[in-house]
Amino acid sequence: MRPLTLGRLFLRCGILAVILFVVVVIALKLGAVQVSLYGLGRDLIRVMLRQSSAISTDYGMIVLDIRLPRILLGIVVGASLSVAGTSFQALLRNPLADPYVLGVSSGAAVGAIMALIAENHLSLSPELAGLLTPLCAFVGAAVTIAAVYVLGRREGQIDSGTLLLGGIITASFLNAVIMFLLTVPAGGNLRGAVYWLMGDLSTIPDVKLLGFLFVGFLVAAGVIYTTASDLNLLLAGEKEAMHLGVDVPRVRIVVYIAASILTGLAVSVSGAIGYVGLLVPHVMRLIFGSDHRLLLPVSALGGAIALVIADTLARTVVAPSELPVGAMTAMAGAPLFIYLLRRRLT
Amino acid sequence: MSTPLRTPMPSAANPDLRLSVEQASYVYAPNPTQAPLFTLEALSFQAKPGEIVAILGPNASGKSTLLKLISGELAPLSGRIFLNGFATHSLPPKTRAQRIALVQQESRLLFPSRVWEFALQGRHAHGRSLRFESEDDVTIAKNALAQVGALHLMDRWMDKISGGEKQRVILARALAQQPLLLLLDEPTLHLDIGAQVDLLDSLRRLAAENRYTVVVVTHELNLTGEYADQVVLLQKGKCLRVGPPATVFQRDLLEQVFQAPLSVEMTSSGRPRVTLFAKK
Repeated sequence: MRPLTLGRLFLRCGILAVILFVVVVIALKLGAVQVSLYGLGRDLIRVMLRQSSAISTDYGMIVLDIRLPRILLGIVVGASLSVAGTSFQALLRNPLADPYVLGVSSGAAVGAIMALIAENHLSLSPELAGLLTPLCAFVGAAVTIAAVYVLGRREGQIDSGTLLLGGIITASFLNAVIMFLLTVPAGGNLRGAVYWLMGDLSTIPDVKLLGFLFVGFLVAAGVIYTTASDLNLLLAGEKEAMHLGVDVPRVRIVVYIAASILTGLAVSVSGAIGYVGLLVPHVMRLIFGSDHRLLLPVSALGGAIALVIADTLARTVVAPSELPVGAMTAMAGAPLFIYLLRRRLT
Repeated sequence: MSTPLRTPMPSAANPDLRLSVEQASYVYAPNPTQAPLFTLEALSFQAKPGEIVAILGPNASGKSTLLKLISGELAPLSGRIFLNGFATHSLPPKTRAQRIALVQQESRLLFPSRVWEFALQGRHAHGRSLRFESEDDVTIAKNALAQVGALHLMDRWMDKISGGEKQRVILARALAQQPLLLLLDEPTLHLDIGAQVDLLDSLRRLAAENRYTVVVVTHELNLTGEYADQVVLLQKGKCLRVGPPATVFQRDLLEQVFQAPLSVEMTSSGRPRVTLFAKK
């Protein structure tokens, strides 16, 4: 009998953090302009020592102003989607649940687009406008997951097949709404359909936005983490969890809201990137087991690693052109989804 | 949650009385305007520590509904159900799980887990929400597995052990909750005869040693006759009789309830034994 201890938790997270660091360094190095490892290390140390002025402007431009913010965005978006996926899988008792597959990402995208359209018509201060988009994305995500949850229930129980079908149909409907919003004159000047439907990390975020995203992620993921051992029991079903002492309605509402915030944050800055929340928790579960006290943090780190790798591939494999990162994740995620679905059916 | 129900009733002063079902009834109705689908008429019984109560009856007699009422999952429409003087339905989930453990027919798992992980789940109600299991929790879970003779299965996967072994591990998880009241819903359903007797033998031993009050829902006549201290006989939502097996097991009554020709004889130990006959 070896129950999880804090030491084992930190060791595993530490290993993944090292892997993430290595992946980040490689991602910083790769790209249209070659950067030497030595130059990279020297410049990063200079940034830490606040001697940015000593960095040659070319390096500074490419590595620090373009690649690094994009990588940091990938980290926070990957971690958010992955934690959201893990949470939905536990709550819905369905290993195929994922913000994208369930249509929650599309709901968040609809919310974000409506906020952007509203911003164009109301003259809001930049601070308020910056908050409105993620807020509406969260509302879109929360409304969608509530709708999918209702659609997936039959006779008081969640039916796995109905839930997935309900999610896929909801996503299809919402994607049509996205196309509509982007085509009407009011939405014509927004980022294109590919950005919202496939997901894309190519918009360079500023420091303030990155800070906002990281804080939002830490708060929402932290709230989910406080329910980690409740989620373990929920895997056996809501009734059984209740008899083991879980306050099921409270856990359900807290985790749905927090997971919707994570999805809303991610989608409002990167569109609907698919399958991260499906693929990463599954791989992590195979490696580390299904104890959420361990699974949630390793999924966050794993999601960050996966999305940074996917985005690095997306901007290098067809260089000088670029793929949307969602195309990369879908190429890896969709076959896995089919594999998992077949395995469940047999 | 009304406060009066949370305060101990005078009956709590009597340490010999643990479970008290007082005129509890329930009605299933899809909506108030329609005729109810099922009604459990008001019934009462009491149980002491160390006692095994069998809720006996054919299908659709209200056994599971009564168990849900006792477990606090459902609130009685009228009447009250007290455990040590507290109404079971109004206990907060965590407190309830510290006092009442339920062993359900089967426990389906989404992802495989080890036997020891499963047994440790019983300790959830005894800790804060975010924490790691203590040495005490591990000891209690191990003892629980040992009590049902499943300690050697500790490192096996839940989906790789037999039905009888699984049922014992589920019972061990309930014991790890260290409850006052142990509820079992058709625990012998998928077990072969040897495993059924093993399970009930360990229930009787556990009830005596740990002073649990045990409530078992079943339709097994002979196992009830052999092991129960008290029988609550149900038919179509009505409680027909409450008492020790020797008084409840009467040929006419059982034939009428179970719709089968049978005979009842007393064994030398004073326990009734039922023999079934073909209807022709």
